[in-house]
Amino acid sequence: MVPTHYYLILSAILFGLGAVAFVFKRNIITIFMSIELMLNAVNLAFVAFSQAFGKVEGQVFVLFVIVVAAAEAAVGLGIIILIQRNRQSLNIEKVNLLKL
Amino acid sequence: MSTPILDILWIIPLLPLLGAATNGLFGKKWPNKIVNTVALSATGLSFAAALEAVREFFEQGQKLVHKEFFDWIVAGSFRAGFDLQMDQLTVIMVLVVTGVGFLIHIYSTGYMSHEGGYYRFFSYLNLFMFFMLILVLAANYVLLFVGWEGVGLASYLLIGFYFLKKSASDAGKKAFIVNRIGDFGFMLGMFLLFKTFGTLDFTELFAKAAPWSHESWGVFGTFTVACLLLFTGACGKSAQLPLYVWLPDAMEGPTPVSALIHAATMVTAGVYVVARSHILFTHSETALIVVGTVGCATAFFAATIGLVQTDIKKVLAYSTVSQLGYMFLGCGVGAFSAGIFHLMTHAFFKALLFLAAGSVIHAMGGEQNMLHMGGLSKKIKVTYWTMLIATLAIAGFPPLAGFFSKDAILGEAFQREGGWHSLYVVGLLTALLTSFYMFRLIFLTFHGKQRYDEHHVHVHESPWSMLGPLVILALLSIIGGWLAAPSFWGGEDHFTAFLAPVFGAGHAEGEAALSEAAAHSLELTLAIVAVAAAALGWATAFWLYLRQPGKPAEIAKSLKPIYNTLYNKYYVDEAYGAAIVKPLLAISTNVLWKVVDVAMIDGTVNGIATGATATGHVTRRTQSGNTRSYAVWVVVGALTILIIVFWPAIRALAGGAQ
Amino acid sequence: MNPALLIFWVLAGLAVLGALSLVWQRHPIHSALSLIVVMVCLAGLYLLMGAEFVAMVQIIVYGGAIMVLFLFVIMLLNAGEEEHTDFSKLAKFAGLPLALALTASLAALAYKQDASVPTPTQAFIPGATRQISSMLFKEFVYPFELTSFLILVAIMGALVLAQREKK
Repeated sequence: MVPTHYYLILSAILFGLGAVAFVFKRNIITIFMSIELMLNAVNLAFVAFSQAFGKVEGQVFVLFVIVVAAAEAAVGLGIIILIQRNRQSLNIEKVNLLKL
Repeated sequence: MSTPILDILWIIPLLPLLGAATNGLFGKKWPNKIVNTVALSATGLSFAAALEAVREFFEQGQKLVHKEFFDWIVAGSFRAGFDLQMDQLTVIMVLVVTGVGFLIHIYSTGYMSHEGGYYRFFSYLNLFMFFMLILVLAANYVLLFVGWEGVGLASYLLIGFYFLKKSASDAGKKAFIVNRIGDFGFMLGMFLLFKTFGTLDFTELFAKAAPWSHESWGVFGTFTVACLLLFTGACGKSAQLPLYVWLPDAMEGPTPVSALIHAATMVTAGVYVVARSHILFTHSETALIVVGTVGCATAFFAATIGLVQTDIKKVLAYSTVSQLGYMFLGCGVGAFSAGIFHLMTHAFFKALLFLAAGSVIHAMGGEQNMLHMGGLSKKIKVTYWTMLIATLAIAGFPPLAGFFSKDAILGEAFQREGGWHSLYVVGLLTALLTSFYMFRLIFLTFHGKQRYDEHHVHVHESPWSMLGPLVILALLSIIGGWLAAPSFWGGEDHFTAFLAPVFGAGHAEGEAALSEAAAHSLELTLAIVAVAAAALGWATAFWLYLRQPGKPAEIAKSLKPIYNTLYNKYYVDEAYGAAIVKPLLAISTNVLWKVVDVAMIDGTVNGIATGATATGHVTRRTQSGNTRSYAVWVVVGALTILIIVFWPAIRALAGGAQ
Repeated sequence: MNPALLIFWVLAGLAVLGALSLVWQRHPIHSALSLIVVMVCLAGLYLLMGAEFVAMVQIIVYGGAIMVLFLFVIMLLNAGEEEHTDFSKLAKFAGLPLALALTASLAALAYKQDASVPTPTQAFIPGATRQISSMLFKEFVYPFELTSFLILVAIMGALVLAQREKK
């Protein structure tokens, strides 16, 4: 059997990589995908704990997370389309009308 | 028995207050007649109420009446209420204030009839009556102080009545500021009394103070310090050395104001306070000596200045300062009832002198310089005869009022053992000077050659609204002294007996026990000496101004330095200006304004604003509008929360790693 | 080493490689495909832990719906390679260190918390799916119904947002 903390460390690494991509990438869609990566990392942690404690609530929560991620992806991509239409670019640094 | 007016004692001050408010708020559009009616009825009814209150006072056996009307200050165990009281001393004061006040109101209707701001004048005058009545009717020091401050305010308003004239408004400010210095001392005295005795009500305070031991000369105990502080206030209000400088400048106000406030009533408030606090003063020998000496010195000092003044009102102003000195001299030797007696007679003849001077000024079309008058006695007869009566009274010729009161004070001063004879001598000398300069005034104004141009000045007698009060006051000046005829005339000293419940037997302390015959002969001797001094003054003035009119100018020229010093009032105002006013202004401008206000306070406030702006500039950087930097802040936030939540584990980690 | 551990290392390694590829690739389409790899690996890990239902949902919803949506949008918008703009100084200098710090701290914590997490007594929970469904309709029925509402709202929102402007 795989010790639980292996899963947890993997989850941490995936989350961290998602954070790195979140900060570094300039394409809006890529940033969005990094958010999905972070959510997946969290899901992994939940399922790991669910197996460790022998309770099934963790997996129920994972289902909810997936549902919310789906809804969020739908609306978020709609917004990204609008941004592309308005700013003619998918570079997040071009979305800076609030800059002084 | 029923005492309807005594039960509503507050009606006496309230009526003038209503008159002041009515005239002040509505009088601007009213014709003079209506303003007159309001003001005169307010004062007249107040006088009638005062008479009725006095009658009831006598009817109920002259017992002290102490009425508490409402609680004003209640703090812990201290209570200062709106309490009014009436005793024998109050009877004298309230009758003088309302009576003489009423006469002066009548006079003003004639004198001020052509002036602008008529309604304002009467409003202020009634306001003054209100405050003065509060002062004399008050039953505790706090309420008295309210009246004290209020008359100061009314005096400021009335002195600066012609406020468009710079000298008048300056004089008003000077009066108020100099009074303030005295008031500060008065307040400190009140605080000390409160701290020592826990109450400021007269009856309670004096009852508590009476059994305390006396403080001899040089001991600065509670009584001495408190009395000296109260006396400072009295010096300010009653124009004694060194706070007298405002009174001559106060002549900028209209003449009825000078008569009412600066002769008959307000300036006597200081004497009233000293007399009212006589129990406190008699406990302290130092205070009494100071009071007597300052009073005597002021009397002499002011008389010397009055010798050479040429403005008729200024002569009378210095004369007032001098006579107030007499009153304090009387109080200082312990003869409080003699001091109050002189207060009463002085009110009569000094008010008369001022009103008559106003009549002269009115007749001369505004001229106030005596050197431009002369030979008026035939032209304005009533004014001349009333003023002459007043001059005889102030000089101290029997049987007019001034003789009895001045004689009482000088007699008491003589009878004290020890060094008081010096005070008697100076007082006698001052009486001589008083007689001299008053008769100088009469001779310069009414006798001798006509020194004005008849084509420019049409001398005419004043209307009866002005002359009526003159006649009444002249009458009072004649008969007013007969209340306290000395014993050798066969009369009883009714006045002192009347005030005995307030002051005690009224004789000076430490008086040697003289037999009755010796006492009579001493009184007779002193009286003759006093009259002789007055006659000498009259004779000198007669010789210098009527027989040898050129002589005064020669003497002035030969004694030029002395003459100049006296004429310029010993340069006291200039000395105050250089020693006190100038440094104060310098400190105010350079230190308090430039350093404290501009640099420190403004600097701090503006500095805080600038600091806020600077902080804003710095923190603005986080809101850059760039999404990527926001992303970094999100990561920073997550890291921070992580560290905060897992801090013990992190420490364990670090500890384990080491 | 037991087979479970072996499978774990393989799947974990692939997942990390996929994530690294997501960070490194310049073209968003490559990043999307890398993400799909990560998700499939994670589904495999869920299967390893005995959570079959979650693994299936992961593949069907995440891999089959969400990532397909992403691919559609990338192709619709004709996303090109990333530009090299650098307006944010903060991100340029402080971004990487901070993110790595986050990773490191999480990993370290996970490693050290080993003691408080109980050792699993069994390889997988028997009858997990049945338990999940009964929980969904008993304890968690209210959030479950809310999620359907949420999806409805999301659909409406996406429709409104992506409309063509009315000419």
